[in-house]
Amino acid sequence: MPKLLIKNGRVIDPASRHDAIADVLLEDGLIAAVGPNLSAPGADIFDATGLIVAPGFIDMHVHLREPGFEHAETIESGSRAAAAGGFTSICPMPNTKPVNDNATVTSYIVEKARRHAIVNVFPIGAITKGSLGEELASISSMKNAGAVAISDDGRPVMNARVMRRAMEFARSYGIPVINHCEDLHLSAGGDMHEGFESVRRGLRGIPGCSEDVMVARDILLAEVTGAHYHVAHISSKHSVEMVQFAKARGLAVTSEVTPHHIALADRDIPPYDSNYKMKPPLRSCGDVDAMIAGVVNGAIDAIATDHAPHPGDEKMQEFEKCPFGILGLETAIGLSLEELVHPKKISVVKMVELFTTGPARILKLNRGTLAAGAPADVTIFSTDREWTYDVNKSASKSRNSPFDGKVFKGGPVATIVRGEIVWQL
Amino acid sequence: MHTLGTPAGLLGIEPLSREEIQIILDRAREFRPVAEKSWRKLDILKGRMVVNLFFEASTRTRTSFEIAAKRLGADTISITAQGSSVSKGESLVDTLNTLGAMRPDAIIMRHSASGAPHFLQRHLGIPIINAGDGTHEHPTQALLDARTILDHGIQLEGLRVAIIGDIAHSRVARSNVHLLSKYGADIVLCGPASLLPRELKDLAPGVTLTTDINEAIADAGVIMMLRVQLERQHEASFPASEYFGSYGLRLDHLQLARPDVIVMHPGPINRGREISSEVADSQKSAILNQVENGVVVRMAVLERVLAGGANAEAAH
Repeated sequence: MPKLLIKNGRVIDPASRHDAIADVLLEDGLIAAVGPNLSAPGADIFDATGLIVAPGFIDMHVHLREPGFEHAETIESGSRAAAAGGFTSICPMPNTKPVNDNATVTSYIVEKARRHAIVNVFPIGAITKGSLGEELASISSMKNAGAVAISDDGRPVMNARVMRRAMEFARSYGIPVINHCEDLHLSAGGDMHEGFESVRRGLRGIPGCSEDVMVARDILLAEVTGAHYHVAHISSKHSVEMVQFAKARGLAVTSEVTPHHIALADRDIPPYDSNYKMKPPLRSCGDVDAMIAGVVNGAIDAIATDHAPHPGDEKMQEFEKCPFGILGLETAIGLSLEELVHPKKISVVKMVELFTTGPARILKLNRGTLAAGAPADVTIFSTDREWTYDVNKSASKSRNSPFDGKVFKGGPVATIVRGEIVWQL
Repeated sequence: MHTLGTPAGLLGIEPLSREEIQIILDRAREFRPVAEKSWRKLDILKGRMVVNLFFEASTRTRTSFEIAAKRLGADTISITAQGSSVSKGESLVDTLNTLGAMRPDAIIMRHSASGAPHFLQRHLGIPIINAGDGTHEHPTQALLDARTILDHGIQLEGLRVAIIGDIAHSRVARSNVHLLSKYGADIVLCGPASLLPRELKDLAPGVTLTTDINEAIADAGVIMMLRVQLERQHEASFPASEYFGSYGLRLDHLQLARPDVIVMHPGPINRGREISSEVADSQKSAILNQVENGVVVRMAVLERVLAGGANAEAAH
């Protein structure tokens, strides 16, 4: 396997507390060395002068739509979008058709990814059969087939008793339980965040409390069971506060936030534009501030995109009829820089953590570091290069992004998986 | 703040200025002699074609628009969702594209989804007049309500207007709040707490909320009763059997209001549910004036959208 030497970048590796101009040598799919003025005869050279060289970014929450909805996305197309967004590893949620609730589907995804994906794919299995919230799925066999967590994402586990059992079971297998927190009775029929904007537009609301009551319930269950509980796409102020409370109590509770819940509030939604419709909904400005505070104070452990492709005809409908979800992989770094790093809310080192050590720790992945011997997954990005997102050139099969045409300052430049450049600007 | 209307059509009251509203209201008054003589027809919109596209059942609004268009000399076609391609599963965009290809000059549209006309306006090059979208806006209703109030010699500035009923699900309430607020009226919104989201008070300047009907009516110059929209509620937000007792308008309530108070209702009324028959049939009721004004206000709106308003020939 050819050697690759990344020269003169600012190498940020939070796991080994490295932050300095250095070279990174990749050999045989592994990190061979990090240090100043490395030389490697015969190696390909990548000049990273002025760029940041970081461990490969991990997106722990995507929807690849395969099997079952290949018209919206495939494992291959989704992996290409991931690479173009600077991600070297992605974790697809199980709401495919069939649902990834048994080892056969898990193995299918792993095998498809091995043959067609250009980044690493670590599937997440369902909590319950068919994600119907009733009977536990085949958790241990999915784990053996490669699942790194369980979640019924897209739907919550409404039954508290089922959630308790899932946590007990997951704990004994050492994998986290990820919940999409939404009390379906409180959110029923809602299309956007309940507040002034929903009232003004005459749209039915999804109240913040529909998320909060479930986060509260789950934290109590996490304490009872001792399980590792992870809140998917956290969006409400009170939920972040409760996660902080749980952490202070020493519970194994973690959370992730999407870039769009940091970048946008409900008042930013152009009139009835379905590319701004997702679950959880874009919430109030106060909630957005709380997300940023949560990132700063550590209540939030990871940034995850909830990349949710939907084909054009499904989004070309009345707001209340069209499905929830937006693309996210290709704009994640740009948005995180714009909303968090450029305004100096967090350092770029902290941003790298949120995309690397954060998710790697939650999912116990042997990734997210540039330590010698680690898999040679590397994300190279710029913090100042201007570029414009053109969704029509997206590697995804879908086009449902609210950020089409947006000008970003900084973004991915090259994505390296197992020592090979799989995408380059 | 985003613009919810376009100069081409009429999507809502919120994006209009008071001056734009006043032009429509003044023009509507000028049309009254035409509307009152059934033999008289203008040719302001001669040769123009207007499509009435109603995805929700409606008798008075659809008929009112149709009469308004005919009085101005336009050709009209009315399509209802039942029996059309819509009921065969065609998407809204495809339906409108099909109609758009037939080149009508305007589409008057009612739809159960809030924002459906705004969504279509983005994808079609034809002016759309919103005849009611979900629980969002019903601009011509607010215009005809304002015309009715003015016709009773009541000034809008400083007027106290009580709007009572299922505010949460009412597009009539939203459009009226926007219009009345632009004129400096005080608007009291009243209904059961579950149908009165507290964010409503921020909808426009001059809005207050109360769950007490007596407080709402006190010193009101206009009382607008809303239809209890059981079809828009997804669960029981209020015990139906208790509605009239708490929020139904009775004759004795009117003692609390201004002596010259008028009672309005967008119709169709539910006698004995939100309004007693005695009130509906009383001298205070302006309900039939509202219906009359529906035609002239819609004539003014159609003229504005199709003929550019100001340049149109005089009505008399």
